Amino acid sequence: MSVVGEQLQPTIFELSRPGRGGGKIPHPPAGALDRIPASARRATPPALPEIAEPEVVRHYVNLSTLNYAVDTGFYPLGSCTMKYNPKLNEWAARLPGFAALHPLAPDAAAQGTLQLLWELEAMLAEISGMTAVTLQPAAGAQGELTGILMVRAYHASRGDLERTEVLVPDSSHGTNPATASMAGFKTITIPSAPDGGVDLDAFRAALGPRTAAIMITNPSTLGLFEARIGELLEATHAVGALAYMDGANLNAILGRFRPGEAGFDVMHINTHKTFSTPHGGGGPGAGPVGVRDALEPFLPGPRVIREADGSFRLERSGERPTSIGRVRSFFGSTGVLVRAYAYLRSHGGTGLREVSDDAVLAANYLKALVGQAYQVPFDRPCMHEFVASAADLKHRTGVRTLDVAKRLIDKGYHPPTIYFPLTVEEAMLIEPTETESLETLDGFAAALIEIAREAETDPELVTSAPHDAPVRRLDEASAARQPNLRWRGMTGSEMPCPD
Amino acid sequence: MPYGPHAAGDRARMLEVVGVDSVDRLFDDIPEALRSGPLRLDPPEPELELSARLQALAGRNLTDLAGFLGAGAYRHWTPAAVDQMLLRSEWYTAYTPYQPEVSQGTLQSIYEYQSLLAELTAMDVVSASHYDGGAATAEAALMTSRATGRKRVLVSRGVHPHYRGTLATYAAGAGLTVEDIPLVAQGPSAGTTDFAALERLLADGIPVAGVVAANPNVLGLLEDMPRVGELAHGAGALFVHVIEPVSLAVLATPGETGADIACGEGQPLGIPLQYGGPYLGIVACRNALVRQIPGRLVGLTRDLDGKRAFVMTMRAREQDIRREKAASNICTNQALLALAAGIYLTAIGPHGLRDVAALGAARASELEAALAAAGAPRIHDGPYLNEFVVRVPDAPRVHARLLELGVLAGIPTADLLPGEPALDDGLLVCATEVTTPAEISRFASALAAELTMAAGLTGGAA
Ligand SMILES: Cc1ncc(COP(=O)(O)O)c(C=O)c1O
Repeated sequence: MSVVGEQLQPTIFELSRPGRGGGKIPHPPAGALDRIPASARRATPPALPEIAEPEVVRHYVNLSTLNYAVDTGFYPLGSCTMKYNPKLNEWAARLPGFAALHPLAPDAAAQGTLQLLWELEAMLAEISGMTAVTLQPAAGAQGELTGILMVRAYHASRGDLERTEVLVPDSSHGTNPATASMAGFKTITIPSAPDGGVDLDAFRAALGPRTAAIMITNPSTLGLFEARIGELLEATHAVGALAYMDGANLNAILGRFRPGEAGFDVMHINTHKTFSTPHGGGGPGAGPVGVRDALEPFLPGPRVIREADGSFRLERSGERPTSIGRVRSFFGSTGVLVRAYAYLRSHGGTGLREVSDDAVLAANYLKALVGQAYQVPFDRPCMHEFVASAADLKHRTGVRTLDVAKRLIDKGYHPPTIYFPLTVEEAMLIEPTETESLETLDGFAAALIEIAREAETDPELVTSAPHDAPVRRLDEASAARQPNLRWRGMTGSEMPCPD
Repeated sequence: MPYGPHAAGDRARMLEVVGVDSVDRLFDDIPEALRSGPLRLDPPEPELELSARLQALAGRNLTDLAGFLGAGAYRHWTPAAVDQMLLRSEWYTAYTPYQPEVSQGTLQSIYEYQSLLAELTAMDVVSASHYDGGAATAEAALMTSRATGRKRVLVSRGVHPHYRGTLATYAAGAGLTVEDIPLVAQGPSAGTTDFAALERLLADGIPVAGVVAANPNVLGLLEDMPRVGELAHGAGALFVHVIEPVSLAVLATPGETGADIACGEGQPLGIPLQYGGPYLGIVACRNALVRQIPGRLVGLTRDLDGKRAFVMTMRAREQDIRREKAASNICTNQALLALAAGIYLTAIGPHGLRDVAALGAARASELEAALAAAGAPRIHDGPYLNEFVVRVPDAPRVHARLLELGVLAGIPTADLLPGEPALDDGLLVCATEVTTPAEISRFASALAAELTMAAGLTGGAA
């Protein structure tokens, strides 16, 4: 049985019929727009669909059932921390006092939200071991950009203008080098050592007076704690560069390792990973950034300030000239931050440490089981996720990681992250998270092992998977070659919706 | 741990399979000197107590004011169906549709969003989403630079100052020069982009990648957008049209004004104000620029059996494929907000959207008349849709005083756009379809009383 709905849906444009829908907005008085000059008006009305609400609702409900989600099943997408999203947090974000607050509301009207944000900054500073935190960035990648722009401003403030390079390990996430480019730096890629960590000699050789920063993911994207982190940080600081930590994998180390305390200068946190704000089908997230003293003057504005009388206010524009400036329209993704706040308070310090303990235990347990049928390249405990490889399987049977992933769909699971990190052949990055039961982990491992067996006995079954999904594998090549990126016209189509 | 799944004995069984006696052993790779002590955070709070805490915090915000504040984020009525649909777990607890076979819901919803916004903007290509209006404007400016190979961008001071601020931050990294195009200070076109100044900037010999202007502009005024486009194109630059999406039900679209790129804030399309986010950054462009557009795109294709289906496409622009050569570093985007906008537009329909815009305009006319009668006439002469500036002496003080009376009287223009002497005594106010006649008269009478009192005080002192 398919784990998602089977019935593909027509588009809203195909459902449209003139005259349907309406009744939501009172009719404006005649002539309401007469004062708008004709030249400023739209010539042809937009061809938006006309659908009555019952059909609108059915459309979006039926469409939703075509999605696999954390609330429908196990979603071990490595690097993404697809843990359970507590429902209390959804309720909290919708409280009218939070949801209806205008972003430019005067401080006096925003004291509840400002207090929440101020407390959240303090909690994240404690968890990260940093001096100060900005909650503004909208996602991890924007946190990276914010952090690296601060690094740039820091060097510039010291008249140190020759630092044009950022070092990034070859196992890093694509956002790291992309960020370095956006911030105007050249990316220098550092190879990994056989144990999965950064190759210290290559790293030392690349460091120098041109190095502005290093960007290290710790635990790494291989799910390993960077055991030589002390040496890496020392060498970095010795040449006057700063150390950025990609905190996407913070879920492994809560209450065990505080990056700021250990010597990182700046890091981002993905609230949509570690602190369980829902992933929303691709977003929204939030990417708070923590910094140590040296970078605090450069934090983006506005910051939340607590006055001597206990009231809160937002920094005024221009109040802190050292700031890198704004990174977004308004304060931040506050609706997301309310959820993260609720998560942190519900767990407290002890609960957060248990989160990491259980996440790491679950990953090691699953690794032991999966290791019976797949290669697990690094022979040491993993953190909250691990890499398995189907390279042997592929050489023996022709079945690739992609096929294994698609076959998992038939067995009721969302596939792990595949072909990332780039440093392991036929990689599957598997992250169970701490909110999955033993039965779920056992079931998933059994499915993976069974697929390995199927690859030996009936490879065709695996390479032609999925068999139990609303669609089979897609023609991605022609989608890219002749892109069709929007519906044109209201009815009829070269490609009707299949029955 | 509040949401932990384990029964008594589960952990012991797992440890046994792993082959260690304690979970601490799994953290041996952390160098001893770098291990942290316990987190100094409050103890866990049970849901019952936490919900009371959250309610108390939310209750400290004042959100039941008569509100006339817009300036880039707008109070609108949203059909209840929108949030009911968003609360389905299949939407909000999924992630990026990397596996299209089990993500057709999200993929089709994004394709529909792209199509809806393409209709609304009359542009060819719409990205799956960006962080917000500010980030979208910054990305649009970077796009003009990539497309033209030039490094200088001109931005009207009629573009929201926070968008300009965000753009300046991004530009610092990308090595772009950003220059302001001033606003006309006086006369019939006061408050709109100064075309004479724009022409001078375009003619000064340093090539320009893009010209960015907003309609309505941040003062609520309608700009002659086709003229911006002509001037930009005449200098070989691209034209970026910053939109407000609800207004596009009635105002000339970027497609019609000759824009190469459109960008803006999607919050008015069914997204709550929630103190600034999560919002929805919109970026759209013409076909010719499709390979330069940042962010995800969903396309229509077929599966192996020829069945119609949707998939993320043209991925060679993105960070996970191209790394340091990507068009942008964006990864997690605002998919759920794009979904909200799609449901909003579908539920409200083309006539409903036009009614939202027209009713807002009607309420704004009433507001204008009431405030003028109270002694606060408009500052500018040019046409506006539903947001405008009125002259109020000592505006920041009056604004604070009205807040005490339960009226959120827009925003003092001196705070929003410092450095424009013509706007020192202004309040930027806005009306939408949710503004009521009762709120308008509350605002007008409080303002009249305040202005009379201030006049009396001045009179007494003289
Ligand atoms: C290791 C790593 N770094 C950075 C990011 C980027 O974060 P975001 O997607 O929130 O922008 C991700 C997640 O996608 C990640 O897994």
